[in-house]
Amino acid sequence: MFPFERYGKGIAKGMAVTFKHFGRKWITTQYPEQKLNMSRRIRGTDIIWVRETCIACQACARACPVGAIEMQVSRGEDKKLKVDFMSIDFSLCIFCGLCIEPCPPGNAIYMSHNYERTTYRCTDISAGHEDITPSDKRCNELIVVGDDLEMAEGKRKSAYGRPDEYEKLPRQTLLLEQIQYLDDMRKKWG
Amino acid sequence: MAFKTEHFMLNVGPQHPSTHGVFRMRFTLDGEVIVDLEPIFGYLHRGIEKLAEDRTYTQNIPFTDRLDYLASMTSNQAYCMAVEKLAGITVPERAEYIRVIMSELQRIASHLAGIGFFLQDLGAFMTPLLYMFREREKIVDLFDMVCGQRLNYNYLRFGGLSQDIPPEFIPALKKLVNALPGFIDEYDRLISENEVFLVRTKGVGILSREMAISSAAAGPVLRGSDVNWDIRKSNPYSVYDRFEFDIPVAKTGDSFDRYWVRLQEMRQSVRIIEQAIEQLPEGDVQAKVSRLLKPPAGDAYVSIEGPKGEIGFYLVSDGSVKPYRWRVRPPCFINLTTLRDIIIGWKVADAMVIFGSIDIVLGEVDR
Repeated sequence: MFPFERYGKGIAKGMAVTFKHFGRKWITTQYPEQKLNMSRRIRGTDIIWVRETCIACQACARACPVGAIEMQVSRGEDKKLKVDFMSIDFSLCIFCGLCIEPCPPGNAIYMSHNYERTTYRCTDISAGHEDITPSDKRCNELIVVGDDLEMAEGKRKSAYGRPDEYEKLPRQTLLLEQIQYLDDMRKKWG
Repeated sequence: MAFKTEHFMLNVGPQHPSTHGVFRMRFTLDGEVIVDLEPIFGYLHRGIEKLAEDRTYTQNIPFTDRLDYLASMTSNQAYCMAVEKLAGITVPERAEYIRVIMSELQRIASHLAGIGFFLQDLGAFMTPLLYMFREREKIVDLFDMVCGQRLNYNYLRFGGLSQDIPPEFIPALKKLVNALPGFIDEYDRLISENEVFLVRTKGVGILSREMAISSAAAGPVLRGSDVNWDIRKSNPYSVYDRFEFDIPVAKTGDSFDRYWVRLQEMRQSVRIIEQAIEQLPEGDVQAKVSRLLKPPAGDAYVSIEGPKGEIGFYLVSDGSVKPYRWRVRPPCFINLTTLRDIIIGWKVADAMVIFGSIDIVLGEVDR
């Protein structure tokens, strides 16, 4: 078939679609300045572990498919289990969320709502910690999130597997809400 | 007077923008014509089937995400259905409907990526791909809403789902389903009649009906070759027997027909989702299943219609918490076996078109 035996009707039809889009509003998000709200169930870049509510059952460590969670427990004076050591190796973690589900109290381990692990400068990460590398700093800070959990921007709990947290988080911005332009285009061009 | 030319070896890949990952092809060329092809794969081999034998049934669900990473939901579903068959678990009705909605959304998302990359292989650099990804992004947003991630969903569990859909999901889905036919019409106008596209794809890389059947190809590759075979119709699983939809079948089996089948399948998926939203019942989404599942000794094979073909899981249980054998029937890999037969005789410039029309994901080919 010779390309232009139909006088390029098909190409013209395709170009019409392109030109309809030509004058419409931008739908791109200018990322660092303008941010969308993430899903409320996001499996973020950290895992938040709460020492007070943990009953040291090690269910999360057993559920992990890659063996990233290491937990050492011992019996104290009062015959109660307590956690001596807990760490999550984030170079192994695949963020599947399987550790969240089997937790018996349901409030000892959470995915975090944070998704940004970047800073503008390398020195921002290791400020005040001259002796350690940025990656060490990340592990030290994020593996075990401590006993007093303040709801800072980066330390917000995600509602993944935790319905109680659902209402506390901002509503997800869906790109679907921006398809108004399609109706406008239809009105304009038919 | 015929020229006698020496055959020439050409290596493409493994690091090549058109090989959809790390796939390597070794062509033997006579001038510009391909006389032989040796596909070489295994560069992305992670040994998932062997790793799975060392883990419990639940721990293997994230691995199924990482097979076909553009269609994780259907891999999840096939695996969960195989374990449910093995252990005799029944799934609540609401969960079945949500599974159908998710797998049809996944089918649309996977076909969008498939068509987009196919056109990029043709040389329509980036523009069609971005049109496709515009809608894929909206579907992926909905997946993000229900399960927290955009690619590796890990959403399904044995006997149901990991969590129910959030309250704002159904309104958003309705809005998307209303808009999708308009978007699909737009691709149709943009691409289907474009003369350059037609010249490059019509009659190129014909997979004959006999070859398609004897090579066990499935999905759009098979249906493009005039074989009316879809597991959703021929052997209805889940609740697919309650929906009304057609199976698009094309006649010649060339690259254009494979594209056309994918485009029409998206319209059918929209139809299924519309009916599923209407019929969606209330109730539980998770049956009572022990956390440490120990299926009785035996084996089970379940295959479902994934976006790229028949994805199946064959599991052998010895009664312990770990599977004795964990085998995947990978649709991309089996569709790829037809490549050598349909590519011989075409020029090097057509090789990428034919390869792109098969729509493979290397994560599943190599496992």
